[in-house]
Amino acid sequence: MVNVSYDLHIHSCLSPCGDNNMTPANIAGMAAVKGLDAVALTDHNTARNCAPFMAYCEAYGIIGIPGLEINTAEEVHAVCLFRSLEAALDFDAYVYEHLLKVPNNERIFGAQILMNDDEEETGREPNLLINATDIAFDDVWGLVRERDGVMVPAHIDKSANSLLGQLGFIPDGSLFKTVEVKDLKKLHELKRNHPYVNECQIISDSDAHYLDAVHDNSLTLLCEHKTIDGVIDALLRGPLYEN
Amino acid sequence: MKVSELSSMFKLINAGDMEREVKGVFCCDLLSVAMGKAPADSAWVTVMANVNTLAVASLTDVSCVVLAEGAVLDEATVNKAREQEITVFSTEEPIFEAALRIHG
Repeated sequence: MVNVSYDLHIHSCLSPCGDNNMTPANIAGMAAVKGLDAVALTDHNTARNCAPFMAYCEAYGIIGIPGLEINTAEEVHAVCLFRSLEAALDFDAYVYEHLLKVPNNERIFGAQILMNDDEEETGREPNLLINATDIAFDDVWGLVRERDGVMVPAHIDKSANSLLGQLGFIPDGSLFKTVEVKDLKKLHELKRNHPYVNECQIISDSDAHYLDAVHDNSLTLLCEHKTIDGVIDALLRGPLYEN
Repeated sequence: MKVSELSSMFKLINAGDMEREVKGVFCCDLLSVAMGKAPADSAWVTVMANVNTLAVASLTDVSCVVLAEGAVLDEATVNKAREQEITVFSTEEPIFEAALRIHG
């Protein structure tokens, strides 16, 4: 087992709310500066900046994980991570088909900038990516597992766009074994109110929309290997021992 | 009715254009639905109190937002409402009662 420092929830300039300086190269560079072993790019409902992100992570010698943050029909946010760019883009296509299409208004929501491997803008996504999809939260786990990925409910302690904020409870029959918590100080209260959380591995990510928000290397995940597979398997596995 | 008249019904959180007309009431808590359906110039009653509520209010050009069930905006979001001149009220009442009050 090896400790892998991580930040698995980061937005690039393709998310309308992501700062325009959040280019794939800048995120990879910042992650390397912060000493992170593994970072994931999780734009709202899209993985289409993951190719340059993974290329830059490789260049910096860190693990770059492709993914996206889905917005379900209930407006619950969940981080979905994959073992390969192909799997992430396959899920991306499915999610885009199910996105409720509203044209983006850049003045209100911000620009949605697609980038290439050379740090150049290649285009802008016309439909608002932070909108909900018509995919039910209960279906996300299966859809992600079909593509051999993992789903982690995002910032479940936040009131906005979280599993607990939107639904108020963890649905019966849930299969996820890792949850993301924004404020770890709230963990005891969370566990008291939602016993399912006791059975889960807890991670905390930056949900960075600005470069300086990317986490440092203080939080780690115990993985079999320091690879994408190692991280995905650890998230699928759940806690190693009773929390 | 003018937006300013709602001040006697609800607590004013941020004052935008108080002279705007309120032409109807709209109730919805899913931002994705409100985004496509909220009529311009309506008073939008919702329990969703975050920065995206303001973005949707701005996009749909509602005359004001009424946060029901005691929903509160954090300070950063109130500042955003101020910047964008969006009128926001709050009330402890449930959505239906709050909407009925405006409608009545």
